[in-house]
Amino acid sequence: MNRLALFAPLAVFLVLSIFLFKGLDRDPTELPSALVGEAFPAFTLLALNDGRLLSEQDLKSQVTLVNVWATWCFACRIEHPMLNQLADQGVGIVGINYKDQDAKAQSWLEQRGNPYQFNIVDAQGSLGFDLGVTGAPETYLVDAQGVIQYRRVGVVDQRVWDDEFKVLYEQLVGKQK
Amino acid sequence: MSIRSLLVNSLMVFALCATPYGQFNQQAQLQASTDVVIFSDPSLRERYYQLVAELRCPKCQNQNLADSNAPISKDMKAQIYSMLEAQSTDDEIKAYLVSRYSEFILYRPQVNSGTWFLWFAPLCFVLLGGLVVWRYAFTKTKASSVSAKLTAEQQAQLDKLLEKDSAQ
Amino acid sequence: MIAELGHFALIIALGLALMQSLVPMVGSFKGYTAWMRLGHSLSYGQFLFIAISFVCLATAFWLDDFSLKYVSQNSNTQLPNQYKISAVWAAHEGSLLLWALILAGWTAAVARFSRPLPLELRARILSVLGAISVGFALFLILTSNPFERLLPMTPMQGSDLNPLLQDIGLIIHPPMLYMGYVGFAVPFAFAIAALIGGQFDSAWARWARPWINMAWVFLTIGITLGSWWAYYELGWGGWWFWDPVENASLMPWLAGTALMHSVSATEKRGVFRSWTLLLAIFAFSLSLLGTFLVRSGILTSVHAFAADPERGVFMLMFLAVVIGGSLMLFALRGPAMQKVASYSGWSREAMLLINNVLLVSSLTMILIGTLYPLIADVLELGKISVGPPYFNFFFVPLSVGLVVAMGIAVFSKWKATDSKFLLSKIPLPLAIAVVGAILLPFVLGDTDSGYSVTAGLTLLISLWLLATIAIDLKAKIGTDFSRLAKLSHSYLGMQLAHSGLAILVLGVGLNAAYDEIRELRMAPDDSATISGYQFDFKGVNPVAGPNFTAYRGQITVTKGGKWVANLFPEKRQYNAGGQVMTEAAIDPSLMRDIYVSLGEPLSEGSWAVSLQVKPFIRCIWLGGILVGLGGLIAATDRRYRRRKTLLENKRAEA
Repeated sequence: MNRLALFAPLAVFLVLSIFLFKGLDRDPTELPSALVGEAFPAFTLLALNDGRLLSEQDLKSQVTLVNVWATWCFACRIEHPMLNQLADQGVGIVGINYKDQDAKAQSWLEQRGNPYQFNIVDAQGSLGFDLGVTGAPETYLVDAQGVIQYRRVGVVDQRVWDDEFKVLYEQLVGKQK
Repeated sequence: MSIRSLLVNSLMVFALCATPYGQFNQQAQLQASTDVVIFSDPSLRERYYQLVAELRCPKCQNQNLADSNAPISKDMKAQIYSMLEAQSTDDEIKAYLVSRYSEFILYRPQVNSGTWFLWFAPLCFVLLGGLVVWRYAFTKTKASSVSAKLTAEQQAQLDKLLEKDSAQ
Repeated sequence: MIAELGHFALIIALGLALMQSLVPMVGSFKGYTAWMRLGHSLSYGQFLFIAISFVCLATAFWLDDFSLKYVSQNSNTQLPNQYKISAVWAAHEGSLLLWALILAGWTAAVARFSRPLPLELRARILSVLGAISVGFALFLILTSNPFERLLPMTPMQGSDLNPLLQDIGLIIHPPMLYMGYVGFAVPFAFAIAALIGGQFDSAWARWARPWINMAWVFLTIGITLGSWWAYYELGWGGWWFWDPVENASLMPWLAGTALMHSVSATEKRGVFRSWTLLLAIFAFSLSLLGTFLVRSGILTSVHAFAADPERGVFMLMFLAVVIGGSLMLFALRGPAMQKVASYSGWSREAMLLINNVLLVSSLTMILIGTLYPLIADVLELGKISVGPPYFNFFFVPLSVGLVVAMGIAVFSKWKATDSKFLLSKIPLPLAIAVVGAILLPFVLGDTDSGYSVTAGLTLLISLWLLATIAIDLKAKIGTDFSRLAKLSHSYLGMQLAHSGLAILVLGVGLNAAYDEIRELRMAPDDSATISGYQFDFKGVNPVAGPNFTAYRGQITVTKGGKWVANLFPEKRQYNAGGQVMTEAAIDPSLMRDIYVSLGEPLSEGSWAVSLQVKPFIRCIWLGGILVGLGGLIAATDRRYRRRKTLLENKRAEA
């Protein structure tokens, strides 16, 4: 019995190393959204270009990519061409202009192209706060019932689209039909 | 510094403790300065500092809200402030933030089925240790299984060692 | 050219380490004296070549050789010279080279100072140390080469050393800490050698003890320095954050403390043999685990080095071999736990057992808390955080228990303590402690705020411990202080270290009870009063430093009309990288620190200023230093010092 007890530390270490090994694949800074599976938060904010009033109901017609962006966000410039490309392919994209200024945002879009069906002006960041946004860019995949299905923190490029969004997006679109 | 002066310093600390030297813990009397964050009630200030120390900045490399200047930290601190002023309880404030930013922002993990090991294992360890102390020190065991007499080999070893020792 | 020389020296050191890990070990089995003796020269040789490698890297920094990737990432032409040198260990590759250097240094020290040990044991110890060196040298050469060149696109200027590291703290804290971390490799090697040879008795314990003590002293001082550095460098007045990297240093320290106490029982009475061996393995294993956690990117921390999965895998394999191998060896050849000698109730052995239980419970709790975010993530339980509220929740009561037990242990005797004797000793120190705990908070605190329970509890346990130590000292020397010198170093060191811990606890508790922090909006000529001190804000001026520009505030502190200090907190922006840093201004004293730092600039020339009065905080680091000093004194006890004997002189001549 005593001899067996001496094996206990080794056993504990082996279990520990399995966790450590699995942990190497994980990114400790990656934070999944608390809102996955929840309804998109309620809001009443203005649209960027035409000043009409928007609410969460406007996201319930189709499967949408909700992209949080701002002109002060450097990575958003890198992401933008990809969004343009996705919009050309028919993906519905809605923007949240996060803590930004209308005039700057409008000219930014004129310069770089506008993939957004419409843009929600979130000057105070209140919608962002309710979404759990920590910065820009962030992209949410929202289904036709207005439920958040996935969130990506950081730039969406071709690889990210293929690995993380594409399959789920197509599934949701299929379900909608 | 010599050992003696260090000992003297430590004794000095002890002695000074007994001297009516300092008046600590006075309420801050503000002449022309105001708090950066102004509360309608001093007890709210206590709770505010407690909360911002216990909540984690979601964007930083392991910092609490108190120590962080990230924009999201500032937003969260502002939210906590307004909720405190609106008479919300600490639990309500935490629940509000957790529903948006997930449990990640709690430096004190919740006690649930996912964390029972985290919260109960240390206690189990101490109890296990207590059991060990009890068994080894406080219970009368049978006579030791190790014989008190030396085997022939051990005796030879002993003689060799004694020889070496006497030569030194 | 110099860098290539350094690289080459590293490879030679690897070769020597490889030989060192094999030749003496084989020699110990075959009885080849020459092979066993070779371990010594190989150790010295390895140290020499790693030192050459290290000097080459330092030279590259000194000469601003930005063609070296590591230098360009961590230095800058404007960097003050002393930081250019300390930048050598500022990041992953260089600090690993420091690790290897210090390991080689300890190995050479073992070769030099372990003559009393039998040659067989010495040879095996050096071989084990050599094997560990092989691991680190391979890690350096294969995955973390500090001599990697950036050619042909050599930058004209480096990225600069992180401003937080441009400080004396970087010059002393990591080397001290590594001396401790790495130092535990020696008791580890002792344990492995003992397991291989099958000899683990009092003699082994006596030989191992000074090495355990010295490693522990360095680690104690290293951790104390780290805490002090974080306090004045980070700008918000905290001194311990339960950050994974801090925990990674505290865990080996706790294991090392438990080891130090357990081995004393093994030396004196031959008990706890398996446990001492296991602890020796644990202490170094935790050092290695800490190294892995900090450098693999597996945990988030402000201190963490840049992560690289390739490095993580290598380190994990190294860990598996070293820790797994040693624990396997322990399981197969460790002494079965029979009771070698008996001890009862409140004997010193029992008290040491309690000490070990409390220390190891703390250690396990910290390990679980630090790793739990990882465990929860792997088990798909979500991303959770474990922070100070968790660690303090368990650590405080465990420490309280430890301090109380320490006081009782002062009066315990080996093998058995008469419980009547023990009970007779308790009332006096207890009375002192209770009286102090009831009365002093009223003196120290403000009558308006009432009695501070935290302060009372802190005073209760600290005064209890200090009183028991004072009573025991008095019993030994009466009032004749000259008799202090006649007491053994072991005893003196122990009492000093324990007193240091009491002072540390005093500092922690009283500071927690009486700390005052206010964040105020201040414009020029505004003032505020906190804890009896008046702070007059004189405004902010722009200044320029050697490699930064700054806003420097001026605050005059007075108390009851008398001038106390002029403080100049700064908000710096570094030229090279543009990073903004807060430089706090501190007026230190044993009774209280006054701590001031600038926050954000607000409207109309006013600033957000953080004003803090922190009573007794310096006792924390004073206590830590005393603990380390106590250990140092104990390590120089006469029974560890070599006595040149007739027999050994004969051997030397041979």
